[in-house]
This record gives sequence, C-alpha cells and structure tokens, in this order.
Amino acid sequence: MIIEKPEIHGIMAEFSTAEELIEAVRAARDAGYHKMDAYTPVPLEELHELLHIHDNRVSLFTLIGGLCGAAGAFGLIQWVSSLAEPLNIGGRPPISVPTSIPITFEGTVLIAGLTAAISMILLNGLPMPYHPVFNVDRFANASRNKFFLCIEAEDPHFDRTKVADFLQSLEPDEVAEVAN
Amino acid sequence: METQQQDLSKAQPVELPDNIQVGPVVAPGHTLATVTDRIANAVLRRKIGLGWLFGLFVAFGVMQLLVVSAGWLFVKGVGIWGINIPIGWGFAIVNFVWWIGIGHAGTLISAILLLLNQSWRNSINRFAEAMTLFAVMCAGMFPVLHTGRPWLAYWLFPYPNTMSIWPQFRSPLEWDVWAVSTYFTISLVFWYVGLIPDLASLRDQSKKKYQQVIYGMASLGWRGSAYHWARYEKASLLLAGLSTPLVVSVHTIVSFDFAVGIVPGWHTTIFPPYFVAGAIYSGFAMVLTLMIPVRKFYNMEDFVTMRHLNNMAKLTLTTGMVVAYGYMMEAFYGWYSSNTYEFFMIKNRQLGPYAPAYWTLIFCNIITPQFLWSKRIRTNPLILWLISLVVNCGMWLERFVIVVTSLHRDFLPSSWQMYYPTIWDIFTYVGTLGFFMTAIFLFVRVLPMISIFEIRMLLPSPMRIKEPAKEPAR
Repeated sequence: MIIEKPEIHGIMAEFSTAEELIEAVRAARDAGYHKMDAYTPVPLEELHELLHIHDNRVSLFTLIGGLCGAAGAFGLIQWVSSLAEPLNIGGRPPISVPTSIPITFEGTVLIAGLTAAISMILLNGLPMPYHPVFNVDRFANASRNKFFLCIEAEDPHFDRTKVADFLQSLEPDEVAEVAN
Repeated sequence: METQQQDLSKAQPVELPDNIQVGPVVAPGHTLATVTDRIANAVLRRKIGLGWLFGLFVAFGVMQLLVVSAGWLFVKGVGIWGINIPIGWGFAIVNFVWWIGIGHAGTLISAILLLLNQSWRNSINRFAEAMTLFAVMCAGMFPVLHTGRPWLAYWLFPYPNTMSIWPQFRSPLEWDVWAVSTYFTISLVFWYVGLIPDLASLRDQSKKKYQQVIYGMASLGWRGSAYHWARYEKASLLLAGLSTPLVVSVHTIVSFDFAVGIVPGWHTTIFPPYFVAGAIYSGFAMVLTLMIPVRKFYNMEDFVTMRHLNNMAKLTLTTGMVVAYGYMMEAFYGWYSSNTYEFFMIKNRQLGPYAPAYWTLIFCNIITPQFLWSKRIRTNPLILWLISLVVNCGMWLERFVIVVTSLHRDFLPSSWQMYYPTIWDIFTYVGTLGFFMTAIFLFVRVLPMISIFEIRMLLPSPMRIKEPAKEPAR
C-alpha cells in the first residue's frame, strides 16, 4: 500500500536473495538512477562497483593516525629523556632509538586503531538513531534475511509513479514508499 | 573478474580434502533467517535458566574473595602476600602473565585468522574476543595491586605533574603499561566494531521496548547500507592488520619484563617467541574450556561444530609443541652456555625444591597434548575439555616455575629463600577466576555470543539461498 505524503525519502524494494538485489541495482543503474542505496544483512562487495563506492578515507585517516601516534610517542619519549627529565644512568645517551621502539609501536597501533574505528563510524554518519528507512515496517529484516534497494527522492530522475513501476518490474517481494 | 575473485575469497570456506576435514563449519540446512534467530534468541527470548543463575551465583560469590583480599591488601599492603626478598615477584606476576596469555588466543582468532582467510573462525571469534577482554581485565589488576599503592597507579602514565617526574621509558615495565593498555583498548574497539551489525539485528528482533532502546543506541543506528558496509569492512580489516602485530608485541614485551633482567633463567633471547607461543597455547586451552560447555548448554553445536573443536585442538597441539621446544632449549641453553649460574638454575629447576612443579608442568604441557594427535580424541568434546583444563593448569605452573625458581636461588647462596603463597595470594587469584566467570556469564546473556553477520557470510553460497516461503507474500 502506498501512503500519500507530501515528501518522501524514496521508494524501496525488498528482495529475498543477494543475487536478485545485485541484479536490481544493476538494472536501476542502467535505467539512469544514481541516488540509491542498498541495505543488506551481509556485506556484498559486488555493490562497490555498481554503486561507485570508492571511498578510501578510512585507510587514509588510519595512516595519518598511525603516523601521528608514532611521532607522538617517539617525540614524547625523546622530549622527556632529553629535556624534561634527563637521567644519566651509566653514561647512556639521552636519545636512544632502540629503547623507544616498543612504546613507539604501541602508540602507533593505539592511535591508528582508534582512528580506524572512529573514522569508520563518523564517515558513515553514525551514530544516527533515526533514519527514514526505519519507517518501513519490513525493514527490520534488513538485519536478518532480506535485501533492500532504495531509490531516493533526491535523484534527478525521481518520479514517484515511474520509480514504483520500475521497481515493480524487477519482481521484488514488496515495494514500499519510505516516509521522510 | 575482480569482483568474482573477491567473492570467492569472501564467501567460501577454505576447502580441505575430506580426510583432513571434520564436518562442516555450519551445520547444513541453515538460512540467513534461522542463523539470525537462533543466535539472537539466546539473548532475546531464552528464559533465565536455573543453571545460568546458579553458575552466576557461584561465580559472583567466588569474586567476593577478590573484593575481600584486595580490600585487606589496601589496608595492610603487599606484606600480606608471600613475597619476600629475593622473590619480589610472586603470585601477582604469575597470574598477570597467565591471564594476559589467555587473552592472546582471542586476538589470534579474531585478527590473525581473519587475515589468513580462515573463515571457520567466524563462529568463535566473538566469544574468544570477549574472553580476551575479561582476561586482560583480570591481568591488569595484578600489577596494579602489586604496586602496593594501587590508588597511585596513574603514575605509570606520562602526564604533566607538579613533581616534574616522568615514567622511565627505558624500562620494560613501562613498555608493559603501554602494551597492555593499548592491547585492551584495541581489543575493546575491535570487539565493539564487530558487534555493531549484530546489535542492530538484536534491536530489530527484540519485541521489548527497553531492549530496542538499549540495543538501538548501542548499534549507533546501523542500517546495513552498502556504503556503510564498505567502510566497515575496510575498518575491520585495518583493525585486524593492526591487532596482528599488536598481539605478538604484547607478550613479547611481557617476556622482556623477564628477559631484559640478568637473572639466570630469564635472561634468554628465546623468551619472546616462547612466551607468545605459550600465550596462544594457554589461550586456546581456555577457549576450549569455555566453548565446549557453552555450545552444549546453549545448543550452538550447529555453529561451533566438530570442525572447530578439531581445528582448535590442532592449534593447541601445534603451539604446545613450540612450547615444548622452548623448554628443551632452556635446558639446553643452561648446559651449553657453560655459565655456572645458568646451569645451576636449570638443575635447581629440575631437581631442587620446586622440582614437583617443574615435572608437573612438563607432564601437563608436553605429555598431555600428545593425545591430540588422535582424531578420535580431538573430536571427543569431553576428553578435549579435560585436556584443556590440564593445559590451563600446566601453563599456570610454567609461569610459577619461571618466576619463582629463577628468583629464589640466584647468584649468592646467602640470599636464597623459599617462596610460599599465603592464603591472600590464593584468594586474590581465585577471586579473579570468579570475576572472569561472572563476566562470561553476563556476556552470554546480554550479547550475541556468536557473530551473527559473520555466520551469515559462512552459509554455503549465501548469494543464492532462497528462503522457503513461510509467510505468503502480501
């Protein structure tokens, strides 16, 4: 049933298998739709190509985080042992690279790991407890066994009836409008 | 072509010849829906059983020993323990190394086996990582209690202070602070990142409002978007790549606590690899000790199959053999070094007052795992469970022997002493076992003990499975 509302987030089709979803995304792309998203219970790498997902920022931020962690830990050790609190123990030099390796390594991993997780979460726009797709009742199955394709209203070619007809033509289990 | 290759590496378990393989990774007949429901229902729908309540009650009771003995320690100081001069490191360090070693199997399963594409680990990684976290918590308590003034433990971290003093960055003990705290943080982050999609599943499956709110908040509003999964997979892989050297570094640095000292029996270059192998050995034993009863009581035999037990038993055997090599090299090194003190140390270990501990450890850690050569034993959960208990004891004794026998008779006979633990040493140790078990009991009730979305990925050709139509299409 399609509920009339002044503005909608998009129109969503539900599929039972990953293969059907992938075919549907391919068909939607070929039909000229660009603003769309797929919701799946398992990661599907096939979708990267179809949806043009080429975001390497998580890796980049992790690299930057790791370098900062390394520089920070190494710098802290050298600053402490040469300027802040130099201790002469048996005439050992104040700057010692070998004894700095373990903590520098741990600092690298610590900051890189935290950046990897935090940048993934923030770049995904999370935490976001509310999102229009949750308005579709059957969407609860996106985290269980169903595969969803949502063509969003922001797409320049979006037309409510045309998109609904197009999605119906892909033989999904269900088509529903996503209230905003 | 490229996507096809990725698909193959992602979706299909590594197939071994039939004579090596013992059964499937996931029992046949499961679909995306049944996997989700079976694991989620253990948390959401299962009633609180008497067995679970009894277990939690016992574990919580045992944990009170820790509370009491730590409280008494705060009042009286470390004098209530059996430590003395020269055995300044007693139970506290033995238990620290034992617990942190146990944690290592969790990271091995979650990170190293992920990088090696061993998809069977998908069934056990969640549980093993939880075990890691709780074990590291137990481990972390001991050095802090051992400082004698635990309320000043923050002095271990570098921070600007009015005393203008800084930690000694050249001390392996300070390296340990960094290693263990980084290890805990990254393990927690990795575990939580792994939980996010499953928390969303729990949110969507739960019928009760409070569960929906709690799991909904914890899942950060995860909705399984393809864009999110892409970044998610990348972050998981990066975390696995970072955790892999991290886990090796942690026990290496723990071994530096010993190896950098000049005490006979500690000052050897074999310590880092030998400690890392021992850590993974004891960790796999602990995973078996916990997983065998849990899979039985929570009917998870479909996901933690004989294949898993068999594989873990093989890894236990392998790492056990590395540890055995370590023991042999220690003895060989004592003789080959031609160093009076080293040779005396090894003779004292084998024939001195702590000889029973040494020979028990040899029995537990070298002789017992040899039974695992037999496939019939590897696939017999009860015997495997008993072997894992023996290995746990053996690995605890190993740390006891390393710490105590090296210290109690060092260079000067005039300073020789015996070490006997006091009742407070034993209470503290047993109390952490109670803490650990309490945490495990709570974990299996509030979080999915098996990674749901990773099991979905294990289903045979997950791309093509058509759900049997249970409800008529509307």
